[in-house]
Amino acid sequence: MSAADRMDTPEQAEFRAYCRDWLDNNHPGQPPVRLPLGALELSDVDALHWLQTWQKSAYDAGLVGCDYAKEAGGGGRTDCQTIANQEMQRAKTPYLPNIIGLGMAAPTVYFHGQEEVKNTLLPALLSGEEIWCQGFSEPGAGSDLANQQTFAEKRGDSWVINGHKVWTSLAHFASWMILLCRTDKSEKYNGLSYFVVPIESAIGNGVTVRPLIKMTGETGFNEVIFEDLVVEDKYRLDAVGAGWQVAMTTLAHERGAGLLVTPSAGGLDQENTRGANTSSPSALIKLAKTSYRNGKTAADDPLIRDEIVKMAIRQEAFRQNQRRTLVPELTDHPMRIPLQNKLIATEFNQDLAEIGYDIQGPASSLYLNDDNASDGGEWQLAYMNSFGVTIAAGANEVQRNILGERVLGLAKSK
Amino acid sequence: MIEQPKNFGFGEDETMLRDSARKFFADNCSADKIHHQVAGNPDIHRNIECIWDKSLWQQIGELGWTAACVPEAAGGIGMSLVAAVALAEEAGRAAFPSPLISTFNTTFVLRECDSAVATGLLGEIASGKPMTLAITNKQGSWEPSDSDVSVTDGKLNGTAWFVQDARKADGFVVSARSAGGIGLYYVEPTASGVTIDADGIIDLTRDQAHISFAAVDALEIAAPGTGDVALAHGLPAIQAILAADMVGAGEWLLQTTVEYAKVRVQFDRPLGFFQAVKHPLVNVMLDIDRSRSLAYNAACAIDSDPQRSDWENIQKLAHMAKANASEMAAFSSSRAVQFHGGIGFTWECYVHLFFKRQMHNQMLFGDAKYHRAKLADMLIGKAA
Repeated sequence: MSAADRMDTPEQAEFRAYCRDWLDNNHPGQPPVRLPLGALELSDVDALHWLQTWQKSAYDAGLVGCDYAKEAGGGGRTDCQTIANQEMQRAKTPYLPNIIGLGMAAPTVYFHGQEEVKNTLLPALLSGEEIWCQGFSEPGAGSDLANQQTFAEKRGDSWVINGHKVWTSLAHFASWMILLCRTDKSEKYNGLSYFVVPIESAIGNGVTVRPLIKMTGETGFNEVIFEDLVVEDKYRLDAVGAGWQVAMTTLAHERGAGLLVTPSAGGLDQENTRGANTSSPSALIKLAKTSYRNGKTAADDPLIRDEIVKMAIRQEAFRQNQRRTLVPELTDHPMRIPLQNKLIATEFNQDLAEIGYDIQGPASSLYLNDDNASDGGEWQLAYMNSFGVTIAAGANEVQRNILGERVLGLAKSK
Repeated sequence: MIEQPKNFGFGEDETMLRDSARKFFADNCSADKIHHQVAGNPDIHRNIECIWDKSLWQQIGELGWTAACVPEAAGGIGMSLVAAVALAEEAGRAAFPSPLISTFNTTFVLRECDSAVATGLLGEIASGKPMTLAITNKQGSWEPSDSDVSVTDGKLNGTAWFVQDARKADGFVVSARSAGGIGLYYVEPTASGVTIDADGIIDLTRDQAHISFAAVDALEIAAPGTGDVALAHGLPAIQAILAADMVGAGEWLLQTTVEYAKVRVQFDRPLGFFQAVKHPLVNVMLDIDRSRSLAYNAACAIDSDPQRSDWENIQKLAHMAKANASEMAAFSSSRAVQFHGGIGFTWECYVHLFFKRQMHNQMLFGDAKYHRAKLADMLIGKAA
C-alpha cells in the first residue's frame, strides 16, 4: 500500500479498488500504429479512432469525468478523478485523445455554460466521441491574448462570427471549439466574449480548417477561418464582455490550478510512442556511447559528459521539486514551484534535444528520411518540435513575467 | 530501492528547530549587525582578523544546535542530517560568522568513526565545543586519501591546508598518512608544536588557515587505513550541509535584490518592471528551488540509508546537490551585485557579505565542475 492510498477517504478507497479491478481486466493493450508523444500531435485517423475507443470505454466505466455532475454526463463523485488518474497511470494505459476538451473546454463549459448546453455537449466530450479544440491564438494575439480581433456581431438572437484563428491543435478532428473573441472594439479586456462553436458540422458553412505545416515538415495544427459563421446565443458562456474572466478559468485548468482535476492517463509503455527515445538523460548517454565526434566516442568527450550530467541534475531537481511542493512547510509560496513547471519542463526538453543534436557530430545533419540517422533522426525532430511548447500556452517569456510578478512581487511588465 | 519519507524527514521537531533558528537569526543577526561586526575595516592590508560573537555561540550551544546531530549514545539529541541541513540553511541566510558549519562537518565525519575517542569528541561537540576538519593538502585536493600530514609513533608532522574556521575551533580532526594508510587524529590548537597561520581570505564571515604540526602528540580517532573511509562516508553529508548554506544565502540575495528592484526607480519605472531584470531574477529563483530540493533530497537519502546499502545513490545525490548549489551560489551573487547597480559594487552595500560567502562556499569541498566530473564517471562510466 502506498502513502497515497493511506490518505484515501472511504469513497476514494472504494473507487480506487474498483478502478484497479476494471483496469486489470480492460487495459486496451498496445496500439495498432505508433502513437505520437502526446494527443496534440495526433494526425493519423487510425491512431485517433483507437484512442477514442479507449477513452469511451474508460468513460463508460466511470474513470473519466467522475467528478462532473451526472446531469452533465459525469459520475457525480467527489475528488475521485485524481484516484482514477493515479490508477490509469499505474496501469500504464494510453493517453486520452480529447486532451483540450478534458483539460480546458469541459471545466470552462461546466462553470460558465447554460444548463442545457452543458448537459447536451459534455457527455460526448467526456466520452471522447466529440473532439474539441481551442480558438484562442490569432496572428495578432499570441502572448498578448487579449488582443483578439475575431469579431462576433449580434444579429437578432444569434451571433455572426468572422475572424482567423491559428495554431489550433486537433481542429482537423474537432466537432467543437472553445472560442475567445471580441464583441466590443472600444475596450480591450472587457470587450471580449466567450463561445462554444461548431467546427466539423459547419465546414463549408462559415468554417474553414487548413493544416499548418510545422518547421519539422509535419502537420499537427491548423488555422481556422470564420466567415459569417452563425452561432446561437445559448452557446455564449457567461455574460457578453466577460470573455476574459471565462478565459481565466480555461487557463487555470490548463496550468493544473483549476477547481476540477483533468482526467488524464498517459502511462503507456513508451516503446510505442514516438519521442520516447529522445526524452531522458539516459537516452543521451546511450546516444553518446554510439556516436562519434572528431573520431572519438562522444561519451568520452569531457564537454559532452558535462552537458549530459547537467541534464541529469535538472531531471532529478524537477522530480524533487514536485516532491517538495507537497510539503507546505518546505515551500515559501504555494505557487512558487507549480508556476515554474511549464517553463522548466519545456526548457528541459529543448536543452536535452539540443545536446542530443550536438552529440552526433556530423551525423546530426541527418533527418527522418535518412536510414543512417541515429535513433531515426528523432533527436533533430525533437529539438525542432521543442519550440512548439516553449512558445505555446503562454510563451516562456510570459511565464517568467508571471513568476516575477505573482511570486516575487515585481512590477508588472505591461 | 530505499523507502524515503515524502516530507524529506522534516517532521515536527525539524521544522520547529528550523523556525526557532530563523527567529534567532532575525533577532540577533540582521545583515546590518553582521556588517557592522565583520566589515568595519575595508583596508585590504588590515591584519587578518577572526571576528565572531562568542556569546551567540554559547547561546546556540544552549539551544542544542551542536548537540542536534550527535547520537544519543554520545550525549547528543540524535537527530538526523536534515536537522543540520535546516540549521545550515538558516545560518547561510544570515551569513552567520561562526564555526557552526565546520562543527557540523566534523560531527558527520566523527559519526563514521567507530572508536571511543570519536564518541568522546562527539560528546564534547554536543556540549558546545567548536571543531573543524584539517584534511586538505596544499594542492587543495578534496580526496580523502590525500594529506600532507604524516604520523609516526603517535606524532603528527606536516601541514594541513584550507582549514575552515581554524581560529574559532577548539579542536581539529586531522587526516594523516602512515604506512598503514590514512588515519584520523585529534589535536587541540594549544597543543605543543601546533602553528596556525591565518590565510588572508575574501569571505568576511569565516576564517581559514593552514596549520603546521611539528611532532605534535595526537589522539587516534580512526586507525590508519580507516580514516579515509570515514571521511569518504562523511563527505555526502558535508556536501548537503554546504549546499543548504548556499541555498539560505541565495534566498537572502534573491529577496534583497527583489526588494531593491521594487523601490529603485529608473526611467520612471521600478527596476523590476524591466524584463532584463525580472527574468534573470526568476532564473535565480528557479536555480535556488532546484538547489533546495536537491539538498533536502541528498540529506534524506543519507538519513534513509544508514547502512549505505545504496551507497552509489547517496554519493550521486550529494554530488548533484553540491554541484547545483555551487553554480546557483555564483549566479545568485552575480545577479545581486549587478542589479543593485552602482551601490551594489560598494563596500557599504551588504550584498558583498553574501557574495563573498557564496564564492567561498561554491569552492569548498569541490565546485560544480568537480562534482559533475564525479557524476559523469558514475552515470556514463569513466572516459577512455
